[in-house]
Amino acid sequence: MSIIEASGLTRTFTSRKRTVHAVRGVDLTVDDGEIVGFLGPNGAGKTTTLRMLTTLLRPTSGTAVVAGADLLRDPLGVRKRIGFVPQAIGQTQGGTSDECLVIEELLDQGEAYRIPRAEAERRAAALIAQLDLTGLGRRLVKTLSGGQRRRLEIALGLVHQPPLVFLDEPTTGLDPQSRSNMWQHIRALRADLNTTVFLTTHYLEEADALCDRVFIIDHGVIVATGTPDELKRQVSGDVVTLRVNGATEMARSLLAAEPVVRDVSAADGELRLTVGHGEEALPVLLRVLDGAGITMSAISLSRPTLDDVFLTLTGRSLRDDSPGGSGADDGAPGELADASAGAGTRE
Amino acid sequence: MSFIHDTLFIFRRQVRLILRNPAFLTIGLLQPILYLVLFGPLLTKLPAGTLTGGSGTGGTAEAYRFFVPGLLIQLALFGSTFVGFAIISDWRAGVIERYRVTPVSRVSILAGRVLRDVVMLIIQSIVLILAGVAFGLRAPLPAVLLGFVFIVLVAIGLASVSYAVALLMKSEDAFAPLINSVVVPLILLSGIMLPLTLGPGWLQGVARISPFRYIIDAMRDAYAGHYSGPIMVEGVAVAVGMAAVLLWLGSRVFVRENA
Repeated sequence: MSIIEASGLTRTFTSRKRTVHAVRGVDLTVDDGEIVGFLGPNGAGKTTTLRMLTTLLRPTSGTAVVAGADLLRDPLGVRKRIGFVPQAIGQTQGGTSDECLVIEELLDQGEAYRIPRAEAERRAAALIAQLDLTGLGRRLVKTLSGGQRRRLEIALGLVHQPPLVFLDEPTTGLDPQSRSNMWQHIRALRADLNTTVFLTTHYLEEADALCDRVFIIDHGVIVATGTPDELKRQVSGDVVTLRVNGATEMARSLLAAEPVVRDVSAADGELRLTVGHGEEALPVLLRVLDGAGITMSAISLSRPTLDDVFLTLTGRSLRDDSPGGSGADDGAPGELADASAGAGTRE
Repeated sequence: MSFIHDTLFIFRRQVRLILRNPAFLTIGLLQPILYLVLFGPLLTKLPAGTLTGGSGTGGTAEAYRFFVPGLLIQLALFGSTFVGFAIISDWRAGVIERYRVTPVSRVSILAGRVLRDVVMLIIQSIVLILAGVAFGLRAPLPAVLLGFVFIVLVAIGLASVSYAVALLMKSEDAFAPLINSVVVPLILLSGIMLPLTLGPGWLQGVARISPFRYIIDAMRDAYAGHYSGPIMVEGVAVAVGMAAVLLWLGSRVFVRENA
């Protein structure tokens, strides 16, 4: 069962006589119970797509069914069934008010969804415990630490127990410890409540650690989809590096003949092999060398990172936030970001 | 009904927030009270009829029946046009977006705030009127109540448009000068301190563009005990029309898909 089904979503911003195609045609399907990550450089159309799917921005064209409701015909139906946690960096913060008490924010959120008071109190207490906010209920939001505040914001997105929750950059700005702590909470969402999680992230290790599937968006279109492992294999395969005692040339020709090996190169007494599936290739390689009586002194398997995938697909590194690094066909990423900010959104 | 439920919900939240920092309410009241105390007495020595255009009795009674309605409108005008500031910080905190993705009616996100502002303005106005009475204001109760209707209408319209403009501008630095450059001329052209009839013909002509001028004239008429006639009709029509148009414009901004 798919919980998000979007086809042909586009969004065009017009400001000061300039037209910017922030999203040029996004098709995506997310299944019930998945944790999916939406990756893209600044200005790629990531946040614009998220804002369309959460009814904050009307698509210029295209259709989508989100959590069983039609995005264009029944936005209220979508809002009732999704949770949304805005990003906490950039122009706007994550959606909590400095001058509110933690418990007030949770109960207000319950009231926004018409949850009866007693039930809202029960859920608030459960969320406070679940997201490590115990003892903070009567604290003003402005006195919370960054990690605590972010967890409160996640909790607000869950008060009405939505089947689908959108997290816009859930861990950006958090220290590494709070980040891995947040990952556990996000995993628990799925494990405990079968909540589908759609998140955007700048962190490749986050997508790698957390997501079943990743969408990579660039210049307003999705350029790749797959599990993190699939994407990595699709791009370059795994790399096996091994060192043999003597007989390097013989080992090279023997291994090159194996069908699992795509490419071999030798340098400084080391052999560098590109293979499709590293863990399946290793036993084969070992058997071949052992059969030929060649002994090894070292072997290692390394996987390409999502950053390699990114670099291959988009021509730039995801970490490289500086816009204008690559010449885009019609509008550098920096321009996209500026223009969409001017039109009342952000990317 | 969902709109009323949602509006009352946002209203309660906003009241709770303002009561956490009630200083703003006092600051808003400070200016009209200062005018009442430090400027009002200057009007009490004017010859009879100066302030009312001929038919007055002069002295303290005429002065405060003239001056207090003006101060009430000034309170409403300043108080309501500046409410937009608060929504910029709310927007920056992401609170507006958070509520826009809940089932809460988007018009209620505006209406609940405007309702809060109206209630706070009524409380401030009661304090101001009581202070006026202490200084010598004497006005019929129906006139005072009718005056509340006028300032409520002014506040509904101005607060709506203030929130909408602030949400579109998203910057306090741009919002403050804009508000000042609109409000100060409107105040001056409304005859709050002194009657416009004292001015030359061209000034009286220019003042016709200020809607508040009609509203103040009608309020002053009421305070003097006149509830009918063309001045009252004009005042009511302008007040109702302005509130309706501005509320409609403000709501449009809040229900937009992209704000």
